[in-house]
Amino acid sequence: MAEQIKDVILEYVRNEYLEDGDDREVNFDTAIISGGIVDSFSMVSLKVFLETKYNIQIPDAKATPEAFDSVNNIVALLKEFGIE
Amino acid sequence: MAYSPEVKAALAEEVNSIKTQGLFKEERAICAPQDSEIEVQYPIGSEQKKVINMCANNYLGLSSHPDVVAAAHSGLDHRGYGMSSVRFICGTQDIHKQLEDKLTEFLGTEDTILFPSCFDANAGVFEAVLTDQDVMIADRLIHASIVDGIRLAKAQQDTFKHSDMKHLEEKLILHQNKRIRLIITDGAFSMDGDLAKLDKIVELAEKYNAMVFIDEAHTSGYIGKTGRGTAEHFGVLGKIDIISTTLGKALGGASGGCISGRKEIVELCRQRGRPYLFSNAVAPSIVEGSMKVLDLISKTTERRDKLEENTIFWRQALTDAGLIIKPGETAIVPVMLFNAKLSQDFSKDLFAEGIYAVGFFFPVVPKGQARIRTQLSAAHDRHHLEKALDAFVKVGKKYEILGKTKQEIIDRYGL
Repeated sequence: MAEQIKDVILEYVRNEYLEDGDDREVNFDTAIISGGIVDSFSMVSLKVFLETKYNIQIPDAKATPEAFDSVNNIVALLKEFGIE
Repeated sequence: MAYSPEVKAALAEEVNSIKTQGLFKEERAICAPQDSEIEVQYPIGSEQKKVINMCANNYLGLSSHPDVVAAAHSGLDHRGYGMSSVRFICGTQDIHKQLEDKLTEFLGTEDTILFPSCFDANAGVFEAVLTDQDVMIADRLIHASIVDGIRLAKAQQDTFKHSDMKHLEEKLILHQNKRIRLIITDGAFSMDGDLAKLDKIVELAEKYNAMVFIDEAHTSGYIGKTGRGTAEHFGVLGKIDIISTTLGKALGGASGGCISGRKEIVELCRQRGRPYLFSNAVAPSIVEGSMKVLDLISKTTERRDKLEENTIFWRQALTDAGLIIKPGETAIVPVMLFNAKLSQDFSKDLFAEGIYAVGFFFPVVPKGQARIRTQLSAAHDRHHLEKALDAFVKVGKKYEILGKTKQEIIDRYGL
């Protein structure tokens, strides 16, 4: 299940944030926010996606740039909500 | 004492860290009125140098226009220096209402409310109008003031890829269960100089029952045949629900901004807009100066026409010289250098050649997209632009980037 969640999130990040023709490599460990792929404002789309997809509410205090900085970090965050 | 040596040291360390990251912003002192040619001290306190200004938002060249200055004097003489009050206590003069009416007429809307700045207008409008049953769907390259405004509102936030209509449509479909869907965009994007695809945005808004907000700060006064902005350019005047704009750029360049649009939205801003409710009324001199600007540009399109000619000339000249520019139609013309240090070095060399244009790099623009942002003005004459072009060519030759592709520049200087 965890592998599947990882894949779903990675696919979302690639589709949502990479422009057509952007061939930057994004994998489970890639720093997407501190690495400059996603800015802190655009990050809100990721929050909307996770909340809708997994039917959870992520409080702002938990939706930090650090928590969203890689697919692995996001998976760890989801675990806190019982999603794994 | 709260400001202890430890606190002082920690804050000083933060300042140092800004410097070591190369993000420290240094001011230059301009020792003259704003214009196409100015006297500048850089660094401040050094000898003054006469330079051509290629980085002001003085699009129509009205910042120091004698008629505007005279009108501002008249405001000072007849209505005083300041109001010492917010608008709703005792800060509203007859001229504030007159300027709001003139802006309503100019922008083709139902009503207008003045704010101390466009930043304040953007910071206050969403919180005043939207609730937690609503969603704001914003282009990812919107101005920082709108980002702040969005963060203050209770409505849900979402974003779409810059000017990507397919992505916007997906988001509109996703949020069909919300009470209000508000699409949020800049008219002209200040770092790239491109225009929002406003005709397509309005089409999608109609299809998916959404409202449209546009920030016309970099377009009011010169985009569109009579300078009414992006909405006029795309033939959708009257179809935009909320327009924010500034009096601090083309429209005189002093300060002040507004929200203009549907009557009820403007009224909600008057009742609930915190930057409106809790900061001073725009000063009378600025109000009268701004009214004069609107009179001047409503009588003739001479200035926006000259700016359009300058823009076409400049975009073509840079391209012919072998520099890479961001395509577009606005008077914001970014010259792409990609590497942050190169953008800073290039800007310094331009200054030595008598050209004032600033380099921008991450985090102001995305990583690997450093640039020199040039901005045209109706105050520029052809000889100003020719001299600026000579300087760009000279400095471009020095760094051997003329005629080079993006990849060649990146290969040489890195990202």
